[in-house]
Amino acid sequence: MITDHRLHSVSAKLKLYSYWRSSCAHRVRIALTLKGLDYEYIPVNLLKGDQSDSDFKKINPMGTVPALVDGDVVINDSFAIIMYLDDKYPEPPLLPSDYHKRAVNYQATSIVMSSIQPHQNMALFRYLEDKINAEEKTAWITNAITKGFTALEKLLVSCAGKYATGDEVYLADLFLAPQIHAAFNRFHINMEPFPTLARFYESYNELPAFQNAVPEKQPDTPSTI
Amino acid sequence: MNHLLMVWVLVLKVYRFDLQDFKKINPMGTVPALVDGDVVINDSFAIIMYLDEKYPEPPLLPRDLHKRAVNYQAMSIVLSGIQPHQNLAVIRYIEEKINVEEKTAWVNNAITKGFTALEKLLVNCAGKHATGDEIYLADLFLAPQIHGAINRFQINMEPYPTLAKCYESYNELPAFQNALPEKQPDAPSSTI
Repeated sequence: MITDHRLHSVSAKLKLYSYWRSSCAHRVRIALTLKGLDYEYIPVNLLKGDQSDSDFKKINPMGTVPALVDGDVVINDSFAIIMYLDDKYPEPPLLPSDYHKRAVNYQATSIVMSSIQPHQNMALFRYLEDKINAEEKTAWITNAITKGFTALEKLLVSCAGKYATGDEVYLADLFLAPQIHAAFNRFHINMEPFPTLARFYESYNELPAFQNAVPEKQPDTPSTI
Repeated sequence: MNHLLMVWVLVLKVYRFDLQDFKKINPMGTVPALVDGDVVINDSFAIIMYLDEKYPEPPLLPRDLHKRAVNYQAMSIVLSGIQPHQNLAVIRYIEEKINVEEKTAWVNNAITKGFTALEKLLVNCAGKHATGDEIYLADLFLAPQIHGAINRFQINMEPYPTLAKCYESYNELPAFQNALPEKQPDAPSSTI
């Protein structure tokens, strides 16, 4: 359970269905802590196939994590969850007030969620390894990450501050941090061609909200990690 | 397919770019790209949100927090759950590395999974359109996806009655009609 001194009083505690290693769940964990929201962490072991359990499928018919339960409301997608949290708990805001900077945040978010992450999820790994081989799988993922990081580097190089779009943490940072963390730790991507992204990553490592959200620090992180 | 999203929302100013010039506009070399004075935006979702924020009428998101969340979820299922698995780079890769049948199976599987999820998501909150009786963000993503699924990938819509009903409702709206691929200035004159 993650707590923060800025706890909001909510009538029913939020529940987050999460998997330690899911970069999508990682995004939401950052958001919840940034907003000072207490939540119950409910692990869903994707390797064991918990996502196919009938009880979980009642929560999320898609069988994916993360899923957020807020009283009667269930939301099943990291982007939708984060926008819902930002709508319902506006402080601190996850989007800047300037239209163009907001657009840059949406662009960075979209690059991660549609151009990179779909190509590195478990279903695709297994498919590529099964139908072709492990080397092709690695090449495919490396290519997706490289293309995406190249685009992000170009997008952000001229508007970055301490973080992706200035000196405050915004939506883009919530998507970048888990993606860079995974690229670095799981897929061993060389960050040299992406100095702007590498710099952000170091900045995130100084923030408790980001540190506490990393895969290695979750209630369901295997003890062998 | 992405042309649909763009043209629906815009009052068009048409810019023509040379191919070399285009990469100055969008280093990623993808469409759509929107130019608004000095501002360039390169992603359909980002463009739509920018337009909705700058030109708030009619609003592309409902006021109710839960319905907004449903719109974001539907958008995300299309944007990250379906479309990445049917784009040209992916289908060429699978065809090349495995074969045509696998490519078809892969795309069908992505669309089927995504449509199943969308059907479950929307069945209880759809009205005339995806999340009520007004057009919202979800509809802008559903219309091109369903259009592509039916016309390019020959997906059978019978298991998805809610999506099929939404699609029929779009066919009655000039904004959606005018955005179809077949009606664009650069549509080939021969049948696609």
